[in-house]
Amino acid sequence: MDDVKETVLSILNDLTGEDFSTRLDENLYDSALLDSMGTVQLLLDLQDKLGVNAPISEFNRSEWDTPSKIIAKVEELK
Amino acid sequence: MRWYIPYGNPTYFIWLAVALIPLMIGLLYGHRFRWYQTLVSLFFLILTFGGPNWRTGIALICYFVYQVVLVSAYFHYRRRKDSPNKGWVFVLSVILAILPLVVVKVTPAIQSGKQSIIGFLGISYITFKVVQTIMETRDGFIKEYHPIIFGQFLLFFPTISSGPIDRYRRFVSDYEAVPAQKDYLDLVQTGVRYIFLGFLYKFVLAYYFGSVLMPQMQFGAMMAHGFSWYIVGYMYTYSMDLFFDFAGYSLFAVGISYLMGIKTPMNFNHPFKSKNIKDFWNRWHMTLSFWFRDYIFMRLVFFMMKHKVFKSRITTANVCYIINMLIMGFWHGETWFYILYGLLHGCALVVNDTWLRYKKKHQDKIPHNKFTELFAIFITFNFVCFTFLIFSGFLNTLFFGPSKF
Repeated sequence: MDDVKETVLSILNDLTGEDFSTRLDENLYDSALLDSMGTVQLLLDLQDKLGVNAPISEFNRSEWDTPSKIIAKVEELK
Repeated sequence: MRWYIPYGNPTYFIWLAVALIPLMIGLLYGHRFRWYQTLVSLFFLILTFGGPNWRTGIALICYFVYQVVLVSAYFHYRRRKDSPNKGWVFVLSVILAILPLVVVKVTPAIQSGKQSIIGFLGISYITFKVVQTIMETRDGFIKEYHPIIFGQFLLFFPTISSGPIDRYRRFVSDYEAVPAQKDYLDLVQTGVRYIFLGFLYKFVLAYYFGSVLMPQMQFGAMMAHGFSWYIVGYMYTYSMDLFFDFAGYSLFAVGISYLMGIKTPMNFNHPFKSKNIKDFWNRWHMTLSFWFRDYIFMRLVFFMMKHKVFKSRITTANVCYIINMLIMGFWHGETWFYILYGLLHGCALVVNDTWLRYKKKHQDKIPHNKFTELFAIFITFNFVCFTFLIFSGFLNTLFFGPSKF
């Protein structure tokens, strides 16, 4: 469980340069920290590092827009 | 009986009001009269594609059957136990899905402006829905598919002629449900407001810009033979006409959908307030630009990054921006001005990203305040209007067209 959380946070940290460990419910799109490019990178990193196969179809901005939602999604797909 | 372009004149709205009342009463009391909704849809499709337009009606029927058979076949292929999910089957299905549209778009270019006989009003918008359904089926996210509901989705009459482009899974979840009474009343309230705002946009503002001011600018520019301030005037009036006409139409389409308990997505969100060109594409013709983003741009980036086509992430993004917007240009039509329009927007996205990176690096030196924001809006607005001038094809008529005077 914690492993997933840590990996997701470290991927987000690499992508945005921000630490989200205390801001799990911050909207990544509203604050423009993540764009389409960043999103694709995120999906690829999730594939590489966690073996989660999340095609772009499954990606839905409203369901993947905060760190905690991403963690929940990844755990569900694992 | 007369024949109508959707939302083209007041009588169409009277027909709509009469036809929708039973459906609305049903929804208010927790029932969706599906057979009645189908009947209403059929009636409005006949209003648009019947009578003198019967040839396009035939084209629509053939196209519709073709696409439903194609998607059904692909769905069965994918849902079979141990479906091999071959890449070439997917690519072939997408090619077959866009083939009719390609023929319709290319025919005028190679037959000196003659329209293809397989074309009809709104073919592009149905094609977007088909391709999107095939892609999500490929990814395994459309798990249930019913040809009749898919047909309802493709032929949903409020959005048939020019969108907004809905998504299959989203549409089905609305179509199969009946909103709670309170939610439905909210939907009706918003829908009615949208329809009246649409009247203001389309029949007052678009009329004023497009039918009163624009012809004067056009005439002035034609008489001036060469560059004149009238071209600048034309640029702004055309841009305003384009926006109010299309945004007005979209408000009707969304408003009517709401009355039918279907939350068709919005198409415009104050596009002229955009601070940069990326912001603009998040506000202008949103369902189209999101379609391009999700089904072309992101997939292309995904593919290129996975196969490491380019070393740098920035190069990948830039190449994909240009390809994405060029495809959008080609989709508009095979003329130099549509393609240039796409290319300009692709380049603008590249420049925009480069600037944002530069700005982030030199945060301390570059000022950011109300004034710079206004300046950014001003630049974005004028750039967009300039690309609309290209898009309008007026420069083509003016400089390369047959002499009218």
